[in-house]
Amino acid sequence: MNGMSQLKKVLEKGEFAVTAECGPPKGADPGSVTKKAELLKGKVDAVNVTDNQTAIVRMSSLAACALLKECGLDPVLQMVVRDRNRIALQSDILGASAMGIRNLLCLSGDHQSFGNQPQAVGVFDLDSIQFVQVVKTMRDEGTILGGEPLTKGPDIFIGAAANPFADPLSFRVVRLAKKIKAGVDFIQTQCIYNLKRFEEWIDMARDRGLTEKVRILGGVTPLKSPGMAKYMKNRVAGMDVPDHVIKRMESVPKNRQQQEGIKICVETIQKLKEIPGVSGIHVMAIEWEDVVGEIVERADLLPRPV
Amino acid sequence: MITAEQKPIDELREMIAPYKRILVLGCGSCMAECAAGGEKETGMLASALRMANKIEGKDVVIHEKTLDRQCVKDFYIQLDDMIDQYDAVLSLGCGAGVQAVADMFSEIPILPALNTEFLGETKDQGYWVENCLGCGDCMLHIFGGVCPLARCSKQLLNGPCGGSVDGQCEINPDVPCAWQLIIDRLSSFDVLDRLEEIYPPKDWSKKQGGGPRKIIREDQQK
Repeated sequence: MNGMSQLKKVLEKGEFAVTAECGPPKGADPGSVTKKAELLKGKVDAVNVTDNQTAIVRMSSLAACALLKECGLDPVLQMVVRDRNRIALQSDILGASAMGIRNLLCLSGDHQSFGNQPQAVGVFDLDSIQFVQVVKTMRDEGTILGGEPLTKGPDIFIGAAANPFADPLSFRVVRLAKKIKAGVDFIQTQCIYNLKRFEEWIDMARDRGLTEKVRILGGVTPLKSPGMAKYMKNRVAGMDVPDHVIKRMESVPKNRQQQEGIKICVETIQKLKEIPGVSGIHVMAIEWEDVVGEIVERADLLPRPV
Repeated sequence: MITAEQKPIDELREMIAPYKRILVLGCGSCMAECAAGGEKETGMLASALRMANKIEGKDVVIHEKTLDRQCVKDFYIQLDDMIDQYDAVLSLGCGAGVQAVADMFSEIPILPALNTEFLGETKDQGYWVENCLGCGDCMLHIFGGVCPLARCSKQLLNGPCGGSVDGQCEINPDVPCAWQLIIDRLSSFDVLDRLEEIYPPKDWSKKQGGGPRKIIREDQQK
């Protein structure tokens, strides 16, 4: 069950990488994961599995990653520091590596007050930057936090998130620099609808020489309806959906809105491909995984490297 | 100081229902400052309970008394002569006060009238905010006098997270983003570069590593 990260291979070859997202089910049914795996197979280089996103209880990310791995996909294990302390995080990293999971995305996680367990304690023992540093030390030094040696360090390609749309903008680049300093290999960004702001951010990152040090995958999410666009703008923390995007979704008849959402997504990817410092895209088609193949194809990103 | 709020009156009435002679015991320190259990609130609560019992025709004795501090045993001398006449004490002390009284008078049930909440400051009249976790290893000198552990919803030592928008926290637009406050404050001192450093994981052993904490100072002991 070993092998190398496909995502790492693609990025190291200098190819424009494509990742997608797979949300695990609110249940113990492995079929819904393997079904999504079939939809994504051959269309992307790696597949992120979200970790109880928006603080809603779902099948564990680690287990769903193992299912994807069995289907022949390269999973990206998302792990949030909201639910696990440093003991559990480090232990799960070892377990993930032992199962052949080769990519990790270190996240803070949505606050527990958003989900269906608002009475839960938020752990937040490490923050996402410290978490990156811990995993890097486990991998490169073969030691856990505190310096004790491991019998074998994990083989993990380390990722983290960046949100160019949160405030304050100037500090967003500082935070990216800190993640790089902590040892991150790749970055996946928050969904990009405001390309102008994204370019401002990546220009600042490039000026600091950061795009040389880390591979940045721009996040995109196809919109299904103007309602979804408005919801994301108003209700999802740190999301920036400009009014012109909402207007564009509203300007087409209802039966063509999904197609318009896909079109906007493809256009965004085409533009991202031209921006220096962007090494790939991350397609987060929320409960709409069957559209990923079409988006990647229309963005001229098929076939994927073997 | 420690802050608290009074429990709902119905919950308190249910709690004291089995008892016939009750002392409502206030605390004149933090609980007076946060207007939850000082002399005034203790008097008001005792009156409310007496009135409710009267309406229902219950024969229950309810007296009131406020100590300067419930968490310091030196003040209990005021209770020594009177405590025996009661079969329960309804304490308007913080959790520490309730337990200190219970520890001293082990034969009488000591009931909590308040929900103890946090270490905080009085921001304005009727407005208190949490700003200290009591972590045992203060870092306020680094973060410009704003504690990221107490005031960032995710306790980030290397914030802000991606949910900081217009200076507000993602969990609620009424909550200021602690990291925006830290950045603003360090900018005003021209030491923002301090945040380029990665702050290591917090040593929580100073808060909970040895179980319940205690402070022993021989220089203070007689």
